[in-house]
Amino acid sequence: MSTATAVEAAPRAAAVASPPRAEGGALRDAFLSALVALGLFGPIVGLRTVDMGHGMVLVPRPLLVAGVVAVVFVGRLAFTIWRAARPAVIPGLGTIAETLFHLGKYVAPVFLIAAVLLPVVPGVERYYIDLGILVMTYVMLGWGLNIVVGLAGLLDLGYVAFYAVGAYSYALIATTFGLGFWICLPLAGLFAACWGIMLGFPVLRLRGDYLAIVTLAFGEIIRVVLLNWTSFTGGPNGIDGIPRPTFFGLTFGGSGGPGTFAEFFGLPPSPTYRVAFLYYVILGLALLTNWVTLRLRRMPLGRAWEALREDEIACRSLGVNVRNTKLTAFAMGAMFGGFAGAFFATRQGFISPESFTFNESALVLAIVVLGGMGSQLGVALAALLMIGIPELFRELQDYRMLLFGLALATMMILRPRGLVSGRTPSISLGASKEISASLVAQGRG
Amino acid sequence: MTAALLEVSNLTMRFGGLIAVNKLSLAARTGDITAVIGPNGAGKTTVFNCITGFYRPTEGAIELHQPGGAVYALQKLPGHRIAQHARVARTFQNIRLFAGMTALENLMVAQHNMLMRSARSAFAALLGLKGYRAIEREAVDKARFWLEATGLIDRADDPAGTLPYGGQRRLEIARAMCTGPLLLCLDEPAAGLNPRETEELNNLLLRIRDGGCSILLIEHDMGVVMRISDHIVVLDHGKKIADGPPAEIRSDATVIAAYLGEGDEDEITAEAAQ
Repeated sequence: MSTATAVEAAPRAAAVASPPRAEGGALRDAFLSALVALGLFGPIVGLRTVDMGHGMVLVPRPLLVAGVVAVVFVGRLAFTIWRAARPAVIPGLGTIAETLFHLGKYVAPVFLIAAVLLPVVPGVERYYIDLGILVMTYVMLGWGLNIVVGLAGLLDLGYVAFYAVGAYSYALIATTFGLGFWICLPLAGLFAACWGIMLGFPVLRLRGDYLAIVTLAFGEIIRVVLLNWTSFTGGPNGIDGIPRPTFFGLTFGGSGGPGTFAEFFGLPPSPTYRVAFLYYVILGLALLTNWVTLRLRRMPLGRAWEALREDEIACRSLGVNVRNTKLTAFAMGAMFGGFAGAFFATRQGFISPESFTFNESALVLAIVVLGGMGSQLGVALAALLMIGIPELFRELQDYRMLLFGLALATMMILRPRGLVSGRTPSISLGASKEISASLVAQGRG
Repeated sequence: MTAALLEVSNLTMRFGGLIAVNKLSLAARTGDITAVIGPNGAGKTTVFNCITGFYRPTEGAIELHQPGGAVYALQKLPGHRIAQHARVARTFQNIRLFAGMTALENLMVAQHNMLMRSARSAFAALLGLKGYRAIEREAVDKARFWLEATGLIDRADDPAGTLPYGGQRRLEIARAMCTGPLLLCLDEPAAGLNPRETEELNNLLLRIRDGGCSILLIEHDMGVVMRISDHIVVLDHGKKIADGPPAEIRSDATVIAAYLGEGDEDEITAEAAQ
């Protein structure tokens, strides 16, 4: 009965028990850290390849390495001394995120208002709206995958397959039959949902790692088929000339003219309208995903998903049809992935299998895990962090991936259950209390 | 004498070369608490798993006779249908609650099928929710009733994983009862309970029986078995060695011999010998 509390208390007890280090200990510790840094940065930073025309030459940079190692040494020493000088419990990122959670009901509306107003704030450049579209696409994908991974606890490593199915469904239907975006969007979602069920059937009996491997393979199969079925999908050349969405029949030409949005409303022609319109489309789609998920969580189906994540055998003993419940989770998640895919196709105007590699699946899964499985706000924040920030630091080039990896690793050490890790009960008699993440099962499929 | 609710005939369960249950026949009557006892490894839990659809028996038939006259062949039904249509609910020897969900949520999941039916009839549930809300309120009332019956009403909004052990055992019974069963199968409900909790459990089980739900009980605690059972079936090595009312079992020579053969079952022998 007390295992849960014991688990919770253990790290804290460890933190209290660790005695403040003596000066010598601190020096030794810093020295070891510097040694590790030397090993790591020696080859990474210390050697540079220079193209001399007739071949590559390795140029050693010992001073730079020495500098990095010195920084690590001093930094580690300072950190150890600082930690010894203060109380054992570190009110670090954990508490901040905890407070964030309690502020959740304020944070979410603030973010929403900011998101809605972004394109109309004067002085916001087109670049930022484009970035907003990118972030929103991943927010939507994250929320879609959250249904499968966060709620139903089914580890899906091939989510990009449904993104691809949505994108190709739209592209093929639109270019073959000349249908518009708004008719094709539900079709794309429907196709993706069907593929979700098709994937769901064979993997019903698989759990955890095995499920992950099969879904991973499924994602690759879809990509390889798209790449090789040249007569149907265009193969590596992809599909271009995908029609852009219209606003009640009004198009968004950059130069104005009859039948365009700018002309109809008597506005000066500008390419910004289309970008802003696309932004609102993806914002609307993402909010739809969020709304459906939140609604379903309070419905028997969503509750059954969560129960499935907690204990599948108990679900069966209560008469919950495990097969159908799993399939609906797959279908629902896939459908939103399909919507996002259709949006991606219409935004780009061109798609090819290159856009649907395993990297995308991994990125979306990372967003869900980093955000806190099952938490809508957490997923949105994580998408903002994972997509927005690396994009903003594009000038740092390759180093940004290094920093990105470092940030992820740090995050997972400090908040192993994600940014917003608590669980809100779906129903309560009295005041609803937050459920600690240590009690909530992580999807084992 | 009332009619048999559950009729197990010639049940055999083989795991490879091991025969866990061997041509077992037993019956549980409507309105009775039927206890299945036996030394460790006698095949009690295997019988339960066959009845509730977790195992498919190698041979034999398990029939559930509902009051309306409907008969379900449980050995052929998939697990979730046994709970849904045949209305057999169960608890587990090692508690299987949804630890990260509140006590109330646990009981709501148990009413999944009832709630889903209403959600389906009005797919507008996602939008309108009017008809659904009334049914949900009904479900909450039922959950509240069982939370009160098990003394957990104050912990309704606490995660199931934080309840004390005895509370978790009672919540599991409440959850099983929320499925609206005709037959409740309890796998060692008194394991790990203190004497006061055991007494409360006895009263709860008697109350459930008087409420019209028959009980099939696996239990090692002879205090529970002898006090509340109407009928006892004794298993040993997958076979039935005795079958009868508590008083008869108490003095049955084969039963005493079976238990005496087990060194670690002293307390039970003492009880049985009284």
